[in-house]
Amino acid sequence: MSTKNILLTGVGGQGTILASKLLTVGLIDAGYDVKMSEVHGMSQREGPVLTHVRFGKKVFSPIVEKRKADVIMGFEELEVLRNLDYLRDDGRGIVIFNRVRVNPMGVQTGQDKYPTNGEELIRARAGKVIALDGQAMARELGNPRVMNIILLGALVKQLGLEEIDWLRVIAENVKEKYVPLNQEALKLGLGLE
Amino acid sequence: MKQLITGDEAIARGAWEAGVRFAAAYPGTPSTEILENIATYPEIHSEWAPNEKVALESVIGASIAGARSIASMKHVGLNVAADPFFTFAYIGVNAGAVIITADEPGQFSSQNEQDNRNYARAAMTPMFEPSDSQECKDMLIEAYELSEKYDIPVLIRMTTRVCHSKGMVELGERREVPIKPYTKNIKKYVATPANMRPRKVGIQQNRELLKEFSNNCPWNRAEYNNTAIGIICSGDCYLYAQEVFGETASYLKLGFTNPLPDQLIQEFASRVDKLYIIEENDPYIEAHVRALGIECDGKNIFPLNGEMTPEVIRKVIFGQEYPLDEEVQAAVVGRPPTLCAGCPHRGLFYELGRRKGVMISGDIGCYTLSSGAPYNAIETTVCMGASISLGHGAQQIFDTIEGEKPRVVATIGDSTFFHTGINSLLDVAYNRSKLITIILDNRITAMTGQQENPGSGYTINREVTEAVDIEALVRAIGIHNVRTINPNDLAQVKEALDWALGMDEASVIITRWPCALKKQAPWDLEEFKGAFTGKYYVKEDVCIGCRRCTRTGCPAVVFDFDRKKSTIDADKCVGCSVCAQVCPVQAIQKVEA
Repeated sequence: MSTKNILLTGVGGQGTILASKLLTVGLIDAGYDVKMSEVHGMSQREGPVLTHVRFGKKVFSPIVEKRKADVIMGFEELEVLRNLDYLRDDGRGIVIFNRVRVNPMGVQTGQDKYPTNGEELIRARAGKVIALDGQAMARELGNPRVMNIILLGALVKQLGLEEIDWLRVIAENVKEKYVPLNQEALKLGLGLE
Repeated sequence: MKQLITGDEAIARGAWEAGVRFAAAYPGTPSTEILENIATYPEIHSEWAPNEKVALESVIGASIAGARSIASMKHVGLNVAADPFFTFAYIGVNAGAVIITADEPGQFSSQNEQDNRNYARAAMTPMFEPSDSQECKDMLIEAYELSEKYDIPVLIRMTTRVCHSKGMVELGERREVPIKPYTKNIKKYVATPANMRPRKVGIQQNRELLKEFSNNCPWNRAEYNNTAIGIICSGDCYLYAQEVFGETASYLKLGFTNPLPDQLIQEFASRVDKLYIIEENDPYIEAHVRALGIECDGKNIFPLNGEMTPEVIRKVIFGQEYPLDEEVQAAVVGRPPTLCAGCPHRGLFYELGRRKGVMISGDIGCYTLSSGAPYNAIETTVCMGASISLGHGAQQIFDTIEGEKPRVVATIGDSTFFHTGINSLLDVAYNRSKLITIILDNRITAMTGQQENPGSGYTINREVTEAVDIEALVRAIGIHNVRTINPNDLAQVKEALDWALGMDEASVIITRWPCALKKQAPWDLEEFKGAFTGKYYVKEDVCIGCRRCTRTGCPAVVFDFDRKKSTIDADKCVGCSVCAQVCPVQAIQKVEA
């Protein structure tokens, strides 16, 4: 197989770090060579988080190039837009994103306007879009924070990686008391089209 | 066993496997996680030092005393530690010593983009440049062997991508290296001119042996594929070049880059038709290749700044470029980092940024963010500690001008004050300027992710230790006008600023309140009673939509432009009350428990 390129993007505190960790652990278990790169220096201060994950037989560079991402998994709408240039432009790119808007400071102060046509722009460029109200779905499961794992489930499905034992990956890498909740969230995500 | 770990984690693992016993550092992106991870190994004594110079000097001491040791720092940290670094190369080691420099091509979170490979050349120290996590670990272990064999400290140059990218690493076991006996050796360890002249000759002689090593070590290797194109590269540039060219080019991958392997370079150059040098930042390898009389393309075509990503290489070599998607870019707005909800700097900068007739000199830390909207407060940032000394120099000149003389207010965090601000404050007292210094004491080194420091009362391993009394220290330096205030109380902030600006002499205001992200110590809970416990909300019918609360820059305060009302995100609010204090109609109220 050729190397697969995944981007996870969001703002600090949305759980991108855990989602990307679980993803890479599962990929390694399945025998792939994996590289991952993260820019998160400002994530605790409401800044953007961008994680690159690449996997395949042999991977050199840890960073995804523009127009080469197979999937962009977005935890926040504006951050998907910001990184949309990474999506492959042959009509086969997939965007899985959480329909949530976190206002940057410029929008708060009235200097900037949060884009209103985000989803439209995304749909015009992606071959497939799975947009979900992740927080509400997660809240129904009992905790809005597991939105990240619902998205992870959807990603796994789109990558055709359902064979990896993700429930075990979760059991081994998540705090014990949150394991069942996260497993439910993953199953919910796996069911999304 | 293999694990997916970052370069920083791999360095920590390598230190453990190499039998290292002593490690010291000052936090700095992207190097911080090295010591944080080393500290998880009980066999290695780990310390946060007040600054990089102190860290390196303690490492020199540990090496002389016979223990393998390591100092890690970000690129600009090596500027601070440059003084001991250069002479360390002369006196050499007893047990092996390694210095890690974490450079920042692309400047993700640094004030400059300097290339610290130049330090290795200038100080004549051997240098490695790992390209991935496995190499970080392997090269570090080798570095200790070299350090002891050639009696010299070794520099390992990492970059942000190498530090923060994860790759598979084969884990090994720790090899215990006993403490070497210390013997008094004045000719080696006392850096007088008479002692060091022969030491320098010794370094130069060893350099010939190190060149042999460079030409024959496994870290410098040629990979021949198609020889129409040959690429000499180091660090992560090797991975990027492989990504772009694959087997259509041949590579001379350099992992040991001081001294550079002349013979390998000459042989490689003779076997390829077209030679490119692909490296980040300065033409370090290229200058050497050209000095050997070899024709090549390097920084004449590649940029001197930014990361040398596959995209950059494709653009330069093949002219491939993806234009920005204009329609998307037009919609995208920035998301600059902001002071967190409950940040104790907010109250200070809200008040200070509104003062007229002042120049605010800033420093390195979260408070650097106050240069942006909505505070527009600090006006200068250069390097750690400079707020005070730079402000001092500016005030001395402003005092000589005719007419209205601006007052300079220096703002510096607790950790930055301990780092190099203390020296600067000595300058203020000693040379009698009337600088106003504000020490933002949030009880932790916050910007790099809440590391302990000499004021926090804990060591890196959370052992209870001495905590500096900043107020007593400031008075001992010779500043007589000192006040400690709560920065969340805007009336106190205003009053303290009026007090300082009203005097014609130097003063220090200490704003003391813990970082909202900090794990609070028992003594914090005692001192800052009720901190981060309550929450505030907006009474919608009272709110007049004036947006004064949003001008505090708090990410928990959201303004609904359609309804012209503010709301407070209860998940983010930690109850600092600054927004409530600025509301002109008392629409913001505390949630009753």
